[in-house]
Amino acid sequence: MTRKQRRLTLIGCALVVLAIAAGLVLNALRDSIVFFSTPSMVAEKHLGPGKRFRLGGLVQPGSLQRGDNLAVTFTVADGSATLPVAYKGILPDLFREGQGVVAEGALDASGVFRADTVLAKHDENYMPKDVADALKKQGHWKDDYGAKSDNRPGAMPSASAAPTQGAMR
Amino acid sequence: MIAESGHYALVLALGLALIQSIVPIVGARWRDAALMNVARSTALAQLLFVAASFAALVTLHVTSDFSVANVYENSHSLKPLLYKITGVWGNHEGSMLLWVSILALFGGLVAAFGNNLPLSLRAHVLAVQAWVASAFYLFILITSNPFLRIANPPLEGRDLNPVLQDIGLAVHPPMLYLGYVGFSISFSFAVAALLEGRIDAAWARWVRPWTLMAWIFLTLGIAMGSYWAYYELGWGGWWFWDPVENASLMPWLAGTALLHSALVMEKRNALKVWTVLLSILTFSLSLLGTFLVRSGVLTSVHAFATDPTRGVFILLILFVFIGGSLSLYAWRAPALKQGGLFAPISREGALVLNNLLLTTACATVFIGTLYPLALEVLTGEKISVGAPFFNFTFAPLFVPLLLAVPFGPLLAWKRGDLLGAAQRLMVAGIVALVAMALVLAWTYGGATLAPLAIGLAAFVIMGALCDLAERIALFRIPLSLSLRRARGLPRATWGTAFAHAGLGVALIGIVCETTWNSEYIGSMKPDDVARVAGYQLRLDGLNPRQGPNFREMVAQFTVTRDGDKISVMTPSKRNFTTRGASTTEAALLTRGASQLYISLGDTSADGAIAVRIYHKPLVLMIWWGPVLMAFGGLLSLSDRRLRVGAPKPAKAAARALQAAE
Repeated sequence: MTRKQRRLTLIGCALVVLAIAAGLVLNALRDSIVFFSTPSMVAEKHLGPGKRFRLGGLVQPGSLQRGDNLAVTFTVADGSATLPVAYKGILPDLFREGQGVVAEGALDASGVFRADTVLAKHDENYMPKDVADALKKQGHWKDDYGAKSDNRPGAMPSASAAPTQGAMR
Repeated sequence: MIAESGHYALVLALGLALIQSIVPIVGARWRDAALMNVARSTALAQLLFVAASFAALVTLHVTSDFSVANVYENSHSLKPLLYKITGVWGNHEGSMLLWVSILALFGGLVAAFGNNLPLSLRAHVLAVQAWVASAFYLFILITSNPFLRIANPPLEGRDLNPVLQDIGLAVHPPMLYLGYVGFSISFSFAVAALLEGRIDAAWARWVRPWTLMAWIFLTLGIAMGSYWAYYELGWGGWWFWDPVENASLMPWLAGTALLHSALVMEKRNALKVWTVLLSILTFSLSLLGTFLVRSGVLTSVHAFATDPTRGVFILLILFVFIGGSLSLYAWRAPALKQGGLFAPISREGALVLNNLLLTTACATVFIGTLYPLALEVLTGEKISVGAPFFNFTFAPLFVPLLLAVPFGPLLAWKRGDLLGAAQRLMVAGIVALVAMALVLAWTYGGATLAPLAIGLAAFVIMGALCDLAERIALFRIPLSLSLRRARGLPRATWGTAFAHAGLGVALIGIVCETTWNSEYIGSMKPDDVARVAGYQLRLDGLNPRQGPNFREMVAQFTVTRDGDKISVMTPSKRNFTTRGASTTEAALLTRGASQLYISLGDTSADGAIAVRIYHKPLVLMIWWGPVLMAFGGLLSLSDRRLRVGAPKPAKAAARALQAAE
């Protein structure tokens, strides 16, 4: 083979691999990304049952109920709307009433959010970023949510590429 | 006093780095050896001052000097000594100080052991190293000074985030940083080569040991972090495809590609321009990782404080270094001479395929990690890209890579014989098919992909062994002769075999853990028995206990199998009073390569406790794999031919000639 042919083979191979990768990426982006919503966004967008998304908001104080066999229900609120959530399993260490939470799952036919994952992404004085941004945007941000942490820059949980909080499945 | 000295030492280190950034370059332009040699002394002095600064911060943490903000926020007088020390880098400021300390360490190592480098190359390399160092010293001094004092010192500290109070923090971040920052050396070499406009096989020979060293640390660092997440977070996951993990995976993928392309360059003087680009990209990805973790732009399980000044500063560093080095590359790379020719089917060809697949896989991880950020900036829409995305893109690219791995070492340089290689891999192929059939028969009706993956893993492992067997002519010549040959094999050959086999070992672990993991989740009262994968776990009782800076509730489980008592497991739930935070300490019972895993949930009013029990078959192989890979890397590193500072045979021969005259 001449130098030119060899180079063409190489470039051809590279293009094939890149095309396959691009196809895989586009396909996966269509099917496997999950959108983030707050309860009021859920109401606005009329999300149908079965469509997976991430729900973020505050756990309504007094709404947590533990059922049999690790079943729990609680309500997620964002100041203007609420959404009931059902989950089965062990809640993260940092799950508290009145605190921010992010859950992943889908609505069922009766409008209850069936979560299969509850994420704890904050410590005792830190709001999940998604939730904080959404609350701010909707004008429900109360200064005292972030006040504690704002007074102490650098006092946040920090890890150098280390696990801090995990997802619970 | 100590805090001020530490701060001052850091300022001096910045001053030295600035001198090191300019003087050696000027020296190289004027061909002035004395000016070029300035790089060496400043690099060593810089290391000394940064080390002093780091030691100062450690001392402050150990002595619990709460008048220093960093100590107050991350330490507690009752904390065990180990965590007082590791707490130094368990926070933003301290971990950046660790970052620059390691950068200075590598600069110092090049200065100390780079005697065999041409003077101007060493001067350039150390100058580039100093540019990076200066940028990060400025970053620390301006935005993240760890030595700030508090006006009214409190009596007690706020304690370290409880999740980080673990031996993992002692090992994982330093390892990871040694890897991340180690790639700065190959970056500096690449930029130096571009500045000099000259690059040859010797360049690759000098770069490869440094790259290999960084790669070994990064491999171990990632594996360690994964194991830490596995036992500390309490739900048995070992890889989350979390942006912060991806941030460490991307430099690893690019670095692995770099190792292989540098090999082609060293042996065949080809792929020069590409290798330089990979060196730049690898360290750029390390910088990107630093940006992602340190700026707080990500919402991730590694959620980090959002402080825009820091983010913007690191983003600036990122732009200057990545943009600058890539522009330099675009400008100077065409001037580098093209390398040798090779056929598509050859060792070089296989290594090109390796590079192609690794960099493409790296690109998919890059897209998956940054797409949500880009989308949020552009449209304000929030999405999350989770495990399914990476499973669908990353896995399909790794399958052909793994299939090709055993062929690589069996192909000859320049022009290989694919059919011949396939024949020599016959045994590996047969073993793989048998393994596949056995697994399929054993788990009949179960997962279909898993047996295929196990077969692939068996092929990779056996392929590595086949390569060794081929080289020592096992069973074709008398065994004693084969053994003698085995001893004579270059260590790098053993290294390749170990590293490649490690890939297969990790794959077996990953497949077994994800496919045949069994779990029990429920609430248990004392004397209840849970049955998981043939084991009976009886909850004996719950006992409170007082630790140094926490209180814990310890559950005791007796594990039996077929009536025989095997062991006692004691998972616990810890409550850290200072931060009001609780952590779950999982209990692990290792049986061969498999593990039983118990973690606790909440106690309910009636005295029952929520319990999660997993049986994870062959899970430990996930981490044995990377350890094998790192061991293989270590073997290669110890190979005479690669040893840093080893006298070059040509020189020795020349000297012998002179002596003869």
